[in-house]
Amino acid sequence: MQNKDIKRLSLILLFAPFALWILLLIILPHIGMVLLSLREKIAPRVYEYSFANYLDFLNEPIYWNTLLRTGSMSLLVTALALLIGFPIAYYIAKIAGPRARGGLFLLCLIPLWVSDLIRAFGWILLLRETGVISNFLMWTGLTGQPIEFLYNDAAVIVGLVYTVILFMIVPLVSTLDGMDNSMIEAGYNLGGNSFTVLRRIIIPYAMPGIVAGCIVTFMLTAGSYLTPILLGGKNSSWFTEQIYNQFITRFNWEGGAAFGMLLLFFTSLVVWLGLKLSGQTLANTVAKS
Amino acid sequence: MKQTSETYDLECFDLAKNFGPVRAVKDVSFEIPSGSFFSILGPSGCGKTTLMRMIAGFEDPTAGEIKIKGKSVLGVPPNRRNVKMVFQHLALFPMMNVYENIAYGLRCAGFDKDHINRKVHDVLERIALPDVAEREIHQLSGGQKQRIAIARCMVLDPDVLLLDEPLGALDLKLREAMKIELKLLQHQFNTTFIYITHDQSEALVMSDNVAIMNQGKFEQIGTPQDLYHRPQTAFVASFVGDSNRWSGTVRSGDKTGGKVETDQGLMMSFSTGKGQTIRDGDKVDIFVRPEFIKTVRRTKSKAKTAGTDNQMDGTIDSLLFNGANSRVLVRTESGELVESDVVLTGDNDLKPGEEVSMVWSSRQAMCFSRGEQA
Repeated sequence: MQNKDIKRLSLILLFAPFALWILLLIILPHIGMVLLSLREKIAPRVYEYSFANYLDFLNEPIYWNTLLRTGSMSLLVTALALLIGFPIAYYIAKIAGPRARGGLFLLCLIPLWVSDLIRAFGWILLLRETGVISNFLMWTGLTGQPIEFLYNDAAVIVGLVYTVILFMIVPLVSTLDGMDNSMIEAGYNLGGNSFTVLRRIIIPYAMPGIVAGCIVTFMLTAGSYLTPILLGGKNSSWFTEQIYNQFITRFNWEGGAAFGMLLLFFTSLVVWLGLKLSGQTLANTVAKS
Repeated sequence: MKQTSETYDLECFDLAKNFGPVRAVKDVSFEIPSGSFFSILGPSGCGKTTLMRMIAGFEDPTAGEIKIKGKSVLGVPPNRRNVKMVFQHLALFPMMNVYENIAYGLRCAGFDKDHINRKVHDVLERIALPDVAEREIHQLSGGQKQRIAIARCMVLDPDVLLLDEPLGALDLKLREAMKIELKLLQHQFNTTFIYITHDQSEALVMSDNVAIMNQGKFEQIGTPQDLYHRPQTAFVASFVGDSNRWSGTVRSGDKTGGKVETDQGLMMSFSTGKGQTIRDGDKVDIFVRPEFIKTVRRTKSKAKTAGTDNQMDGTIDSLLFNGANSRVLVRTESGELVESDVVLTGDNDLKPGEEVSMVWSSRQAMCFSRGEQA
């Protein structure tokens, strides 16, 4: 009996930090946000419960346009990360030898050791009007005057893909690693060409990894703040920027909270749709890797 | 080079494969008649898998020629060769159900839907699993998976079916059943099967012909009976079946047989194997199979049993009881252990500690000169 109590106590003690973290930093703030978002300021220090903040969002096209734009650009970033990441992951998992594999994986990890901010400044250094690329083009004579590569959608997308691609590669490598090479050989042996083997065998097999990677990169991209602001400037129109503006610039916490909840609902909806369309579940994708 | 004939499904001429300085396969030549069951038997690492991968097209040979149905397949990619392969772990596609697994190859070949449907159900009928089409792979038993893997290849009417130790992962009982089943399937499809294994009983039971491979070379090709009773090299004699082995020096020998003095100082008579030349003074190995050694209680009168010209005395060290395959270990006067098969009836059997005589005929003593064994 005593033994059982000790077991239970140790379980509670081990679980406590995690439970506290979830409760204090995730659940409580979100409950606070929901309550906050449902308040309407009718006079100084006088509040009333209403959906006014959410109605504001619907009535002002610039708000929901920004959200849709953030969503579609995030999807584009996710797709690009998948397109670029898949061959890299395939090379690491299936083609590179066991010794090269560790080194290549490390190469993918190294950028993470540097802070987001520094990496964004790296891109600024390359892309700005007086930056490396612009100067190089002038030196080769391809262009007569400096070119500004920053502050447009392309710069934002390039920067975001660069930031999140690792989170696409890691789950892909782990699923492809678990795939028996003889399965690919069987695909060829039974008469398939490279395209058939990729489409009918490799991609269906890697589907859990693909979906896991897509969910993580999409969430990270849609919720990112630093990269779109620094590389996109005033034109980036990222939804996180709107949230920031509500909270900090306009000091409208009620509106900011509503926007935050909307972003959460929106990204969850996209992920749910993605899971439905690909026929996967959260349990065998993100939870597995 | 031999003349190519239409009756061979597969021919290999002087096939070789090097991995860097390692010579995995050395100058292998053989041909397999249509519709036969051919096994390649060898210890692990002898190059048999490399040989199979070259036939399937996953490796390019360093030298030599492979012909399928009389046509060279060198430079033909694996997906264009009409050679199908059952992989060691089967490599069934887990994300497809049974029907899709079998239909995959037909889809690649570009057949229309009705044709595919008919063929898949036809082949499932033939492997006696007509109702599993909609099942997922993980719902099948080990034996069923095996048959689906074969059906997936056979539905494409291959010229040659390669099987890479597919029974290795099964438990003993199922393995025994699958051996018979594979042989029956081969008869039914009447396709050439090439079966790779390190398990001699699989090779001997199922095959029409067996090639013994060692260190990248074929030691001998022949029927299972040939390999067992008339091995041509010491490796074949020791690898196929069990045997007792003595080393010694030839004291008197000619084309048909002679006498050897073993390292323990015993005289033994032998008959010379096919194609062997044994000269006086040669260092040789003598192999005698346990089932040819007759063990009897020693009696005072040393009456010789007819047809047996070798005799050795000893004490039974232990009895290995295994029903019909029971065996005794006899410690001879010079201290070595000799295995001999015995029939145990459960009544007045031999017991450990008893004094016995072992006798065998010189015709069952296979002799190989030491030099050529390297």
